[in-house]
Amino acid sequence: MSVAAVINTPVRHIPAGLIYMCSLAYAGWLLWLGIENRLGANPVEALEHALGEAALYLLVAGLVVTPLRRFAGLNLLKFRRAIGLSCFFFVVLHLLTWAVLDVQALDRVWADILKRPYITVGMAGFLLMVPLALTSNNRSLRWLGADWRKLHRLTYAAAVLGGMHYVMLVKGWQLRPLVFLAIILVLLLLRVRRRARPAKV
Amino acid sequence: MAYRWKNNLKESDVTSESAFLNRRQIMAGVAGSIAAGALGTSARAMGPWNADDVGEPNEWEDITSYNNYYEFGTGKGDPAKYAHMLTTKPWSVTIDGLVDKPGDYAFEDIMSKMSIEERIYRFRCVERWAMIVPWNGFELADLLELAGVQSGAKYVAFETALRPEEMPGVSQPVIDWPYVEGLRLDEAMHPLSFIATGIYGKDIPNQNGAPLRLVVPWKYGYKSIKSIVRITVTETEPPTAWNNYSAREYGFYSNVNPNRSHPRWSQEYEQLLGQGLFAEKIPTRLFNGYEEEVASLYEGMDLLEFH
Ligand code: HEM
Repeated sequence: MSVAAVINTPVRHIPAGLIYMCSLAYAGWLLWLGIENRLGANPVEALEHALGEAALYLLVAGLVVTPLRRFAGLNLLKFRRAIGLSCFFFVVLHLLTWAVLDVQALDRVWADILKRPYITVGMAGFLLMVPLALTSNNRSLRWLGADWRKLHRLTYAAAVLGGMHYVMLVKGWQLRPLVFLAIILVLLLLRVRRRARPAKV
Repeated sequence: MAYRWKNNLKESDVTSESAFLNRRQIMAGVAGSIAAGALGTSARAMGPWNADDVGEPNEWEDITSYNNYYEFGTGKGDPAKYAHMLTTKPWSVTIDGLVDKPGDYAFEDIMSKMSIEERIYRFRCVERWAMIVPWNGFELADLLELAGVQSGAKYVAFETALRPEEMPGVSQPVIDWPYVEGLRLDEAMHPLSFIATGIYGKDIPNQNGAPLRLVVPWKYGYKSIKSIVRITVTETEPPTAWNNYSAREYGFYSNVNPNRSHPRWSQEYEQLLGQGLFAEKIPTRLFNGYEEEVASLYEGMDLLEFH
């Protein structure tokens, strides 16, 4: 049996719901730590960053599903919707933490969206994710038919914006956000090659 | 000259951890109501505060666990984790440039000549967080006078230690190492400009810039350079680390100024740390509230141009 098959077999028995449960549990735990004042000296920043990080990890996880299947034969497709929706869930919480706990006023929320490029870019990423989240259900899938796949290519733009947002917000030349953006771009490039090749055959 | 500036804080305000805890419990109670009203508008104004009501100092735990000291990593917790690697004994500071007695000044020799006092200052980071810190140390002017500032001097340059084998963060080119900073001579001689060697009466921890660091309370925190190994008195404006990285974002002066919106952060509001998840933002004061003391240094200067 190939390595992929060894993994695929047990994975088939893991329900996708587990991802929702883990996401909810993690978010709840973070919020609880915050309320208990156990997130350090700057709990708002700690919460905002932890939620942003969770969204970023899930974003990469969502993009990795297809290449993993193509290049390694791993079938994790059944988790993809849960990964995507959980990512959106964390972005929403990240945005709410920022607006309600950090910025604390609607006029300043609006000013920051317009004036701070990294916020503008993050916000654009979030807005692109809204139609994706709204159509991540079986009924929309049937209803939109072939358009569903086209619509969901927005994922790629949202991912790049999310990665750029992180690169733009750090002070100084830091490696970590650049590594994330590079990973996102490579995961997207893998798709370009795949679609270009069979088209000519 | 020591004791040129005083805050009128009662001693009981400084170390009273129990009073702090009481306040924290009260904070938790009002947290819900603050959260409920949080998305109103931001028209609330507050009068300026002065040295007399600087506020109650932050906890030792917060002051020593939440630091920007990129030589040890860019995470706020990295300095507390890794700064123990820094050897601070022996330590000496090279004082050179336009001074009468240039040379290497051993830390112990400096300490034996200074009178140590406590200064409770507001500390304001460009990232919009603030703390209240009870520093111990001496006036920068006293140290400069030890070396004898010569006429013609106009600026003072500072440099942080650079030791790759003791500083895991410098393997990344976050900024150009070593970290450098500078002040105009009149800023450096101002009674508020302080060299801190302790916090809460204890030796200053490595993550806060041991064994000696600058504290300039009316400027953004990055001006308050840590673990100083060199002080050079010069005629020309010295380069500064964050200005080198991005002159548009970080000026030479870097005075706290709510009217100059930093490209990354609006500086209108700040977060005083140590107040939990639902703490309210407070308006930023010009010169971090030290306007009365320092505004005269900048008379006639456009603070937006010379930011
Ligand atoms: C595509 C969606 C998004 C992703 C993947 C994302 C991810 C991240 C990440 C990874 C961080 C840094 C965490 C760290 O340093 O540990 C972060 C910080 C931040 N994000 Fe987002 N974000 C997204 C959308 C947004 C939106 C919509 C907003 C607000 C409109 C926002 C506002 C912020 C702020 C204010 C910070 C902190 C900046 C600072 O501390 O200086 N993000 N985000």
